[in-house]
Amino acid sequence: MSVNLLEVKNMTMQFGGLKAVDSLSFSIPQGQLSGLIGPNGAGKTTVFNMLTGVYRPTQGEILLSGKNIVGMKPYEINHLGMARTFQNIRLFKNLSVLQNVLIATHQHISYGLFDTVFLSKKFQNQETEMHAKALSLLKIFHLENKAHEKASSLPYGEQRKLEIVRAMATDPILILLDEPAAGMNHAETHELMKTIARIRHDFNLSILLIEHDMKLVMGICENITVIDHGVKIDEGTPQKIQTSEKVIQAYLGVEA
Amino acid sequence: MHKSVKTPLIAFAALLLFGGLLNFGVNAYIQLIVLFVIINSILAMSLNLVNGYTGQFSLGHAGFMAIGAYTSAYASTQFSFFSESFGFIGIFVTTITGGLLASAAGFLVGLPSLRLKGDYLAIVTLGFGEIIRVTLLNMEAVGGPRGISGIPSFPNFFFSFSYSCFWALICFFFIWRLIRSSHGRGFLSVREDEIAAEAMGINTTKTKVQAFVLSSFFAGVAGALFAHVTNFISPSSFTFLMSVNAVIMVVLGGMGSLSGSIAAAFFITLMPEALRSLQEITGVDLRMVIYSLLLILIMILRPQGLFGDKELPDIWRKYVRKSA
Ligand SMILES: Nc1ncnc2c1ncn2[C@@H]1O[C@H](COP(=O)(O)OP(=O)(O)OP(=O)(O)O)[C@@H](O)[C@H]1O
Ligand SMILES: [Mg+2]
Repeated sequence: MSVNLLEVKNMTMQFGGLKAVDSLSFSIPQGQLSGLIGPNGAGKTTVFNMLTGVYRPTQGEILLSGKNIVGMKPYEINHLGMARTFQNIRLFKNLSVLQNVLIATHQHISYGLFDTVFLSKKFQNQETEMHAKALSLLKIFHLENKAHEKASSLPYGEQRKLEIVRAMATDPILILLDEPAAGMNHAETHELMKTIARIRHDFNLSILLIEHDMKLVMGICENITVIDHGVKIDEGTPQKIQTSEKVIQAYLGVEA
Repeated sequence: MHKSVKTPLIAFAALLLFGGLLNFGVNAYIQLIVLFVIINSILAMSLNLVNGYTGQFSLGHAGFMAIGAYTSAYASTQFSFFSESFGFIGIFVTTITGGLLASAAGFLVGLPSLRLKGDYLAIVTLGFGEIIRVTLLNMEAVGGPRGISGIPSFPNFFFSFSYSCFWALICFFFIWRLIRSSHGRGFLSVREDEIAAEAMGINTTKTKVQAFVLSSFFAGVAGALFAHVTNFISPSSFTFLMSVNAVIMVVLGGMGSLSGSIAAAFFITLMPEALRSLQEITGVDLRMVIYSLLLILIMILRPQGLFGDKELPDIWRKYVRKSA
């Protein structure tokens, strides 16, 4: 029997009178590319914020590799292997593209202040290693030539890619992507999805993807969870979701 | 020689040469001002670590400086062996002790107040600075309102100058290298976006406390130097205005620029003195008016500060490339 990488049980988030997420349960097996979809304001981003420790769920349990992470700080959860991107892009704007990625590798260094001040061998070796790693990750998204540009100077689409690179630099086992293709055109989106599918294999990642574009999720996800008004209305393979009465009513009905 | 000490030593040698010239070339008044420039540079650079690089608005720097000044002055006056028989080592030990006690205070302030952000943090640190001052005012052991007088001087001007430069260089190179390391990039990430920093595995609380501890150490050292240069300190040496002055230096020089902090320390220290001669001509004391107007003018023309977040070499390179 294989233990699920992520197991969410009855997770609830109450904002005053509003139940943004209501007793939601789902799980992600190791290695799966899952989708989380739902109309505007369904509570998708709130789910991410609870999983990553930004919000503490009002109720429920979140098990990452069997360990309950509710109440842990976001950086602790990240150290356990969960990384994310942000829907409303949160790069370190005034820092260089390279610095953005290097910061995410900080947890892997072991040199101290003393090594820093005296430029010790340990400091130099680890810095060289970090830089090489950061550049090789940037290369995957064709950003290596912009390593020394300010993050805020990148076009929108590349900022989204940089968010993914930065999340990957933390060496995650599970990566949460919040609308990574938002604002991209058709060709860019297509390319991005191919890249996401590729890194998942190359880095042995499990992925949870929020996406607005239904067709897109259908294309690459193996399993999809649909929520509306914070409640799970269906889940299953893309084929099943596509034909689900409830989903068509709640989700597609809104769009039509 | 290991390259980590080469540049600092070259810089130190150059400064010593300059100090030698000052030793014979100028009068005691100018010598004193030069020392204040160095002490203010340390103060500004150390505050830049918190305000500029880590993005935490602290308004209590005078408090940390006071702790350093009082600790070292108390040691020098109470245990006379410190400054006499022990000579340089005694001076060094008192300075370090001042710095360490200040950073202990930085730790204590850091822990509770770092849950706060922006204006709230500014108010709490301001309150902390005042608590230190009022506590000193009521501590008879350190002279209460009379303060501590008769603090032994450094042997001579050249010593004062070299010793202050020694600490300024340590402060400069420490922060310079820190910011170019993974630890320093953690500081920058906290300034840029705390939520994103946490999500990328940065322990932001620890980072902020570290920034406060390191910064207040150097503020304490600046205080220790100040005490032994002026030979007299009292609670009124470390008022709220001094904290404000430190913030002005950081903002004027540029948040996140060490060269900027040093340039601003020159400006802020020299300006009132330079205007003093003007006052002799006009007969009215317009110093504060002109000083304030100049500050306003600079901040309108360069809201990002004199140097922005650039360092002297960056600006030099840009200038050379343009003119070439
Ligand atoms: N911090 C908060 N305080 C109060 N209400 C919130 C908060 N965050 C989210 N909400 C509310 O919770 C609901 C779900 O929001 P959420 O951002 O999770 O939706 P979403 O599914 O990500 O939507 P979108 O597709 O627009 O990104 C919305 O009604 C939103 O207004
Ligand atoms: Mg959202």
